Amino acid sequence: MDTMNVSLVGVGGQGILLTSEILSRTAALAGLDVKKSEIHGMAQRGGSVISQVRFGAAVRSPIIPEGGSDLLVAFEKTEALRWRPLLKPGGRALVNAQVILPVTVSSGQQPGVGDPDGRLRDLYGGGLTMLDAAALASRAGNLRAANLALAGALSTLTPFDPEVWREAMRARIPPALLEVNLRAFDAGRAAAGG
Amino acid sequence: MAQKVLMSANEAVAHAAYRAGCAVGAAYPGTPSTEIFENVAAFKETIACEWSVNEKVAMEVAIGASIAGARALVAMKHVGLNVALDPIMTYTYIGALGGLVVVVADDPGMHSSQNEQDSRNLARFARVALLEPADSQEAYDMTVAAFELSERFETPVFVRLTTRTSHASTLVDLGPDFGPGRKTPRPYVKNIQRNLQVPAFARQRRIQAEARTAALREHADGSPFNRVEAGDRRLGLVTAGVAYQYVKEVFPEFSVLKLGMTNPLPVEQIRRFAATVGRLVVVEELDPVMEEQIRAAGVAVVDVKTELRMMELNPARLAALRHELLGDVAPPEARPAPEGLPNRPPVLCAGCGHRGVFYTLARLKVTVTGDIGCYTLGAFPPLNAMDTAVCMGACIGNALGMEKAGHPGRIAAVIGDSTFFHSGLTGLLDVVYNKGTITTIILDNRVTAMTGHQGNPGTGRTLMGEETAVADIAAICRALGVKRVREVDAYDMAALEQTLQEELDAPEASVVVVRRPCVIASRMGVGVTVYETDESKCAACGACFRLGCPAIVRGAPADAAGKRFKRRIEPTLCAGCDMCRQVCAFDAIYKVGKEERCRPEPA
Repeated sequence: MDTMNVSLVGVGGQGILLTSEILSRTAALAGLDVKKSEIHGMAQRGGSVISQVRFGAAVRSPIIPEGGSDLLVAFEKTEALRWRPLLKPGGRALVNAQVILPVTVSSGQQPGVGDPDGRLRDLYGGGLTMLDAAALASRAGNLRAANLALAGALSTLTPFDPEVWREAMRARIPPALLEVNLRAFDAGRAAAGG
Repeated sequence: MAQKVLMSANEAVAHAAYRAGCAVGAAYPGTPSTEIFENVAAFKETIACEWSVNEKVAMEVAIGASIAGARALVAMKHVGLNVALDPIMTYTYIGALGGLVVVVADDPGMHSSQNEQDSRNLARFARVALLEPADSQEAYDMTVAAFELSERFETPVFVRLTTRTSHASTLVDLGPDFGPGRKTPRPYVKNIQRNLQVPAFARQRRIQAEARTAALREHADGSPFNRVEAGDRRLGLVTAGVAYQYVKEVFPEFSVLKLGMTNPLPVEQIRRFAATVGRLVVVEELDPVMEEQIRAAGVAVVDVKTELRMMELNPARLAALRHELLGDVAPPEARPAPEGLPNRPPVLCAGCGHRGVFYTLARLKVTVTGDIGCYTLGAFPPLNAMDTAVCMGACIGNALGMEKAGHPGRIAAVIGDSTFFHSGLTGLLDVVYNKGTITTIILDNRVTAMTGHQGNPGTGRTLMGEETAVADIAAICRALGVKRVREVDAYDMAALEQTLQEELDAPEASVVVVRRPCVIASRMGVGVTVYETDESKCAACGACFRLGCPAIVRGAPADAAGKRFKRRIEPTLCAGCDMCRQVCAFDAIYKVGKEERCRPEPA
């Protein structure tokens, strides 16, 4: 297959690196070449986090050219707006319905993002899918599984059988947390029509 | 064939060391190299590994192991190699006995570094062999080969990673027989002509090192890591490291000379390749290390206008190069982000013990020389309490220099515990010896926090997982001759201000050790609501806001114009440190929730 490019963006602590690792493992289990590249130096201190995953028959560059992402998975709305330049024309944006105010805004040093939903609709039009991953994860039994709810929705936009996704999750997630994460994944899939 | 495993180049290096029978490993953490030794620790059954106090000591430990005949691995980030350069510049004369592999991770684009330096220059400078992996598989294969190469040619070998190999995961085939390499150490032989470098012996070894370079250059010419990938010959690209991946992405149809062993550079191989192609282009990340050598050998290289020599390369920059060379692709468009978005800078964590120090230093209007660590964030609004940051340990010497230059006003040097162990002790001894009067503030959070909470001499635990002696910073400072050494709880704002005031005013050198374990490492206050504000009492004075705590957020407007705001504490972020309550003059902040989680005593 042609290389598919997925950029995952958000804020430190949202589970972006785990999600991108599960996506990467899924692609590898499906027999594809895969590369994953991350910038997370200051993630634990509230900074932006970005992870990029590319998979296909043969992948070269570990980073996706600007404007080359087929899919932008944003764990937070402000980051969904910020990383717009990564997306291809006609690419899709899967956005978690959450705003995490940067300290620059919460402290009053900078104005907030205004109406993020309106801006997201203007930017992405028909390519936008919004998902309340926190609500889905809460209903599945643990708010902290929101990243896997988002992965469930993401799975409907990838060419992989959901059972391969689940296999990747089983290989990576500790047994005690596996069930709730699998439920959150399924809830995310169902919410995205998968 | 074994199943391929997805791993970063950092993980691959650790696996390779294990496979190659490496017996001793030493490193100091630094992004993007840190995960190498976090993974080496998983192989501690066969690799005696350590977090060293700094990169120079790490290099010396590895050299000692190599002299003893064992295989040794040392890892660091690019600036760490500056610290470790002194021992390697002479060990290159001695030559490795047991294989010595030095993995250095450069940070093009400075994602997490204070400068952007190309370590390949130092491989040339030190006359050591250099391998440049382009992905995790090569990081594995080349590290295994590096140990062989090191012993065969009796040379230290550098393996140069970059952020985009260190922190990219790609598929690795570890081979059918992956397991612990059991390498019998070469027998130790006392040999001072070789292992003890004084001028008479060094002159001999200097000549030997030159002969070795010639032999290595010949080896590089036939190295399996240096290969031609033939294609359209109108253009030939010479490339190495992750830049190779970008070349294959953007120039897929053209001939490529893919170099994995780039020092000594196989110039004759490049000359032969150049003869088969129309135009020769060199694509390398950062300095024109290969290009200058190729030009010096009289091989014509295309002059390109596209800026490729600073900051990280990427496919878009190579697309710009392709546009310039061939004109068959559009120049990449700048794709601006939507305007008016708030920045999301990193900040000191809620509950971080560094916060009160900077708050107080700002109040006292002190000139602050800073250093490398989380606490460098004290430079930024609203704390604004740091004037300089240069390199590991620099703050103490910098402060003394400012004093000697007659700087008006009080000067404090601020340094973390790990950085103090790394290179602060010598600076402090210099202050005592040369009669400085500056105040050194040591932020002791008992861990190397910035890079992800690695152990250090103050942690009480080794990389091997063993309990060990805990370094007493105050006792060390007294032993260095500092008469005024004070210890203070980072969360006690009044004591902090009084102590700093007294020591800054003291007419002699002083040290204030400010103690609190890292809030993340100690998981203090996780998921516990402990403080709230009473908005009826809040005067919107902004005192708590000046702490720069991410848990202190904007509350209700305090005037009709909406210019001033009361403050509120975000319950999901508050770690219960109590500092905001102490700085509030209106008693508007109070404790709720679980008392026992508030202000635990320092460890």
